[in-house]
Amino acid sequence: MTDERKPRVAVHKFSSCDGCQLAFLNLGPDLLRLAELVEIVHFAEAGPSNPDADVDIAFIEGSVSTPDERERLRRIRAHSGFLVTIGACATSGGLQALRNLRDSESEWREAIYARPEYIDSLAHATAIREHARVDLELWGCPVDGRQVLAAVRALLFGVPPVEERDKVCLECKRHQTVCVMVARGEPCMGPVTRTGCGALCPRFGRDCYACYGPAEGANTTSLAHRFEGLGLAPEAVARRFHFIHSGQEPFTGAGNEAAGIIPGKAR
Amino acid sequence: MSIYGFLHRSALKQLPECLNEAGYRCIGPRVREGAVTFGELTSIDDLPRGVGDEQRPAHYRLGEREDERLFAWAVGPQGLKSWLFTPRETLWRSRRDDDGRLYFETGSPADDRPLAAIGVRACDLAALRLQDAHFLEREPDPGYRKRRAGLFLVAVDCTHPAETCFCHSTGDGPACESGFDLALHELDDGFIVHAGSEAGERVAARLPLLPVGEEQEAARRDQQRAAIDAQQRALPGRNLRDALFANLDHERWQAVAERCLSCANCTSVCPTCFCHSHEEVPDLDGRTSEHLRQWDSCFTEGHSYIHGIVIRAETPERYRQWLTHKLGSWHDQYGRSGCVGCGRCITWCPVGIDLTEEATVICAEAGDD
Ligand code: SF4
Ligand code: SF4
Ligand code: SF4
Repeated sequence: MTDERKPRVAVHKFSSCDGCQLAFLNLGPDLLRLAELVEIVHFAEAGPSNPDADVDIAFIEGSVSTPDERERLRRIRAHSGFLVTIGACATSGGLQALRNLRDSESEWREAIYARPEYIDSLAHATAIREHARVDLELWGCPVDGRQVLAAVRALLFGVPPVEERDKVCLECKRHQTVCVMVARGEPCMGPVTRTGCGALCPRFGRDCYACYGPAEGANTTSLAHRFEGLGLAPEAVARRFHFIHSGQEPFTGAGNEAAGIIPGKAR
Repeated sequence: MSIYGFLHRSALKQLPECLNEAGYRCIGPRVREGAVTFGELTSIDDLPRGVGDEQRPAHYRLGEREDERLFAWAVGPQGLKSWLFTPRETLWRSRRDDDGRLYFETGSPADDRPLAAIGVRACDLAALRLQDAHFLEREPDPGYRKRRAGLFLVAVDCTHPAETCFCHSTGDGPACESGFDLALHELDDGFIVHAGSEAGERVAARLPLLPVGEEQEAARRDQQRAAIDAQQRALPGRNLRDALFANLDHERWQAVAERCLSCANCTSVCPTCFCHSHEEVPDLDGRTSEHLRQWDSCFTEGHSYIHGIVIRAETPERYRQWLTHKLGSWHDQYGRSGCVGCGRCITWCPVGIDLTEEATVICAEAGDD
């Protein structure tokens, strides 16, 4: 790396809760060290605002759920070298994508907002990759600061960041956590969920709820079957798969199959 | 003549005290998160008194017993493996100076006081011999060697095997024959103690041992017989290498892969599995980096990744790799099967896949020794 010019970084927000940007802000001293290595030109939540600046690395939080966001994303892609999505919403559509399952955008709009005519949203809330080329996806709800920093470090070295695709279970066992599914009968999503969180939930005695999305080779059919064996009703099995990443296969299909949902058909 | 005697139940508390005085840090079975796992022992009261277990494929529960027994359960998810071949370890750190010169230093072990492990079972002693063969022969692993060199083993005969245990069929248990410093056999009122090494003799010499009576001997024999009779499962032979490799296209590989989650729980709890991956974790400033070694598994895609391709991309090949290596090519590598019959992979598989059942189906037609 030459010191002539610091790489320029932007952090953009789309439809989201801001939790992933907070994961950035919560880096503490590492954020200050990061600010020495790169120039943060746009990060509205933290101060600098310059959404149309040319940058080397753009981080994007949130899903695309309005026509305006679709347009904004097009501009960002044109101005960015390496585009990284951070978190569930940007990477799979996140919680907002739940409304896609029932094709219920207008129904919800009418029910929730006092003046629905002011709301201009798309029928579906979708992942960034549905609208623009994405170079790296960092999963999690929220993302893990360690993964964000590792990605930046790799890019500064000029090498592709390492993608973590194994299941949560392997990390759970490395921590010598006692399996909550085997020892307590909890419907843990660890066996189909992508690692990266450090098996956080099982380490605190609860079942993983798949906020990092599907791992490579996720056998959702077998796990759904196991959940039935643990006594979960079909609707409950569906919710396990649809909770955070309803917009991401194979979770979309696994949840639909459990609940008997036929895609594209409102109920 | 090695020391052999009876230790009254009330005198067992002297064992960790003797070990502490001899400079050992004691670990032993403790109830944690609903399972018996090894942890630091501060006193004998930390042991799982009156605790029993229930194990089935994908099922583990603890329960209360009517008696005061301390070792009336079969192995929990964790053996000695994690204490010697640690799940994650820094092997070295590197640093780059302003002129681009690189400096290396070795990773430092967390606690290098020698360890005494109380409550180790026969299957885990057998597994330890296999881990020793892997980590100490040819190119000894420095971290493993250091931790292993100081290890003092207090073994305990299994009197209450789980439904998932099959160590009798592999020839590794349930009684402890060798490879320990001290061995205990638990009876209602105390323990038959047997020293198996010089270090064991030194510790045993400080315990208030009584002569072992005829009745106690008879009770021990009865319990040992019952422990063998209690085992329901078995592998279809001690050497399945040829049978497995003759059946690489068996349809069962596909069938088991439909259930298998490729989650690596089996290999993680297996006391003999030794696969690991390496990872470089650079500091943000790009000048220092830690080189980590961590548990890996034949069930991950990275395990068979070679320069641009994943050789075992699908679960049937991964499950086949696990079984053909563990029960097959281990014979070429280490002169015996890699399975010591502990049953952990059956209990802790989230979908309850049972390797004895899979091996029995796959090896049904081919011969065995
Ligand atoms: S607790 Fe969950 S993540 Fe951990 S081993 Fe069990 S199933 Fe896997
Ligand atoms: S293969 Fe299974 S039963 Fe055999 S030693 Fe490993 S964990 Fe135990
Ligand atoms: S056999 Fe069981 S524990 Fe092993 S990878 Fe398959 S599902 Fe996981």
